[in-house]
Amino acid sequence: MSKSIAYRYTLQIADNSLILGHRLTELCGHCADTEIDLAISNIALDLLGQSRMLFQYAASLSGSTEDEIAMLRSEGEYVNCLLVEQQNEDFSQVIVRQYLFDTYYTLFLKALSQSSSSDELRAFANKTIKENAYHVRFSRAWLMRLGDGTQESHDKTQASLDFLKPYIQELFIPSQVDTAAIADGVGVDMSKYVDQFHTTLQADFAEATLSWEAPKYHVSGGKDGRHSEHMGFILSELQYMQRAYPNSEW
Amino acid sequence: MTAKEKNFEALFQAKIDQEIKIEAKDWMPDAYRKTLVRQISQHAHSEIVGMLPEGNWITRAPSLRRKIGLLAKVQDEAGHGLYLYSAAETLGTTRGQMMDALNEGKAKYSSIFNYPTITWADIGAVGWLVDGAAILNQVMLTRTSYGPYARAMVRICKEESFHQRQGFDIMMSLCNGTAEQKAMAQDALNRWWWPSLMMFGPSDAESQHSEQSMIWKIKRKSNDTLRQQFVDATVDQAKILGITIPDPDLSWNEEKGHYDFGAIDWDEFWQVVKGNGICNRDRLKARRAAYITNGKWVRDAAIAYAEKKQQRDISKVA
Repeated sequence: MSKSIAYRYTLQIADNSLILGHRLTELCGHCADTEIDLAISNIALDLLGQSRMLFQYAASLSGSTEDEIAMLRSEGEYVNCLLVEQQNEDFSQVIVRQYLFDTYYTLFLKALSQSSSSDELRAFANKTIKENAYHVRFSRAWLMRLGDGTQESHDKTQASLDFLKPYIQELFIPSQVDTAAIADGVGVDMSKYVDQFHTTLQADFAEATLSWEAPKYHVSGGKDGRHSEHMGFILSELQYMQRAYPNSEW
Repeated sequence: MTAKEKNFEALFQAKIDQEIKIEAKDWMPDAYRKTLVRQISQHAHSEIVGMLPEGNWITRAPSLRRKIGLLAKVQDEAGHGLYLYSAAETLGTTRGQMMDALNEGKAKYSSIFNYPTITWADIGAVGWLVDGAAILNQVMLTRTSYGPYARAMVRICKEESFHQRQGFDIMMSLCNGTAEQKAMAQDALNRWWWPSLMMFGPSDAESQHSEQSMIWKIKRKSNDTLRQQFVDATVDQAKILGITIPDPDLSWNEEKGHYDFGAIDWDEFWQVVKGNGICNRDRLKARRAAYITNGKWVRDAAIAYAEKKQQRDISKVA
């Protein structure tokens, strides 16, 4: 296993958790009801915990610290997919983004736990599968409630799905790092799981009374460090203290 | 009051005097019920509104460890809000009614949350001082006469004492850090000290609800007693941190065995209570946005879906 490939591949997984977790922390205290606040915070805690576990592993491979990696890279060095950096436009967008990610992550974690050559990443996947099962339960249940709730919630959820679907393909198309990691054995080839993913999606969307048409175009680039305009603002907050007060212990 | 009611009231007070908890279905005077609903719902609202100033720093927390610690803490506050709303519901009010009262500006919450969290050190100071002050009140409330409230407080106290330690630990890291970090800690203490003392409420002579609450054992210690207890405990903690409490009149009184401290600016207190603090408008705006503008359609969807599902389940059985 190449250390540098394992490092870069680990960051790709960690950055998804970090940035999606960051988006969810923005909602803390602002949810429609206290129970939703508790659940969203729980998911954010899981995601941030996952990112921390992975950044610690990455730090052991690179000789730096978890916070240096998490908070002091330049924007182009973050390799999360574009989906997770999309805004909390409204609760339907939060739920559709979460549902798409969780459903993808179910397949990803299973593949990683079964076939990665890295002991650390397999252990990570085995632990995270249990957390992710809860996340899927939450996001899928809310997809149903919003899709098949009132006309207003249906319309908002359909609009969110239509807005987010061009970001789906990036989850499965190998980035340069993915390609190297698959060849190395540390990574898994998610392009094999596209059909399975879409079968799940279509069944769930039908149950949620949401219509699905394949997107006419796809956007990607996040996994290669080319982000949307949102990323700079996320990093402005995420990195603020580390940049304003360098070399400090907190 | 009828003779029968007088008899009930005497039995009620006898129970309280014998330290027997009052439970939800027991007879209680209307004024006791009303006082509890007011107090418990205010307490619940304080937990929920209190999430806002602390939540303000989650996305900017300086390390992943601190970020996770703060998020977990703010999540605990949401949980406390739920226990307390549930305790208040046992008295015959609904969470919806309490939320409406909060959103309409009719219900109060702890005024401390109308102060802004300007720097990361404020997160330390809020944990150390605000949670520290809250705990003294809450420990007392674990022995309050109303059973559901007392039991909710037992659980809340365990978590709050952890929050206070977490806040002190943040302050400790800052005070052991660079000169800039220590200055940040001192600045936070300067701004949070007096509002923390105000958290215990008006002085005993001025306190509107205190006397009856003491007879009913809803409250067991006076505002001034708790405030003194807080000052006595906190002065030594500030010494350990190596920062200075912003009160030139603070001095140890050998005779009393307590610290003397300077006069509290009650004008400021009442201004903030009346809605004129820096963040009163922001807090209400945020709560209304969460619950009404961005939240009502979400709850409506959940209800509509549950009703549809129930109908479908009934049709299936039929």
